[in-house]
Amino acid sequence: MRSVLAALLLAVLAVPALAVQPDEILKDPALEARAREVGKELRCLVCQNQSIDDSDADLARDLRVLVRERIVAGDSNREVIDYVVSRYGDFVLLNPPFKLKTYALWFGPGAIIAFGLFAIFLFFRRRTGEVSPGTGANALSEAEKQKLARLIDEDRS
Amino acid sequence: MKRFLYILPLAGFLLIGVYLAIGLGLDPQKLPSMLEGKPVPAFDLPGLEGRDEKGFKNTDLQGDVSLVNVFGSWCVACRVEHPFLMTIKKNGWVPIHAIDWREPDRQAGPAWLRRHGDPYTLAGDDPRSVAAISFGVTGAPETFVVDKQGIVRYKHVGPITKEVWTGTLEPLIAHLREQGG
Repeated sequence: MRSVLAALLLAVLAVPALAVQPDEILKDPALEARAREVGKELRCLVCQNQSIDDSDADLARDLRVLVRERIVAGDSNREVIDYVVSRYGDFVLLNPPFKLKTYALWFGPGAIIAFGLFAIFLFFRRRTGEVSPGTGANALSEAEKQKLARLIDEDRS
Repeated sequence: MKRFLYILPLAGFLLIGVYLAIGLGLDPQKLPSMLEGKPVPAFDLPGLEGRDEKGFKNTDLQGDVSLVNVFGSWCVACRVEHPFLMTIKKNGWVPIHAIDWREPDRQAGPAWLRRHGDPYTLAGDDPRSVAAISFGVTGAPETFVVDKQGIVRYKHVGPITKEVWTGTLEPLIAHLREQGG
């Protein structure tokens, strides 16, 4: 049992292996950390669902090297990312940017949930109307009430 | 109102169907080029070993409409388009320049050209993807149509076949030459 737990714990603690090679890593840990941050944001153009830090592709390697060269040269993270976007388009960003063209992407799920909730609300409101007599349009009119009272009286006597 | 509600699921189904049909028709490898309509990015590549000393740089791309072809000796699809590039060269239809991309060593590219034929006018060696990244290259082969002013007009991803040439590239090149653009 204990060994199973240990195995599970190890599985949970396991981190994905990065493709960043030792010879690429910058000597300055602060700059390297920034390069990692930028690398996480950028899509590998060859294996499109991996970031350049995760990818073994040659082009991803060259992009990692380019990111580091630019950071060493004094570019901010934003400037490095903007440069790569200027070459490859928004597609290269793993996080789609928030702008007019992507509003459907960002608001779409929320809009669909809102529509669904509204539909459910309508559905139940109508159902409650159907099953509870004596309210709203189903309420007894004055004449019906008198008739009902009369019938009850007749029954009693 | 009630009739409308009955049609709603069908309408929803059709909408999703059309959406997915379009999605399936898209090729995720095909990305729009950011460069179309913009000047060729600045680059300055050394020449291929034993081929010429001149090299290849962005300022070379002025005066005539030309193709910039990204290839590599490791690239299988480049082998596919290569005979047609030779045809273009033989007939003198348009000058083709090369970015020799990510060769394992300095000899690989020139050796490949010696073996299969050399369709290129200018050629530059780009082992570290410096020019390739500034062109936004995602794979090989890729070919850029550059006009007389050195503006990128079109990017073709994948091998240039006879169909691509007669259907797309040839009319575009003729058009660019005509308008002096």
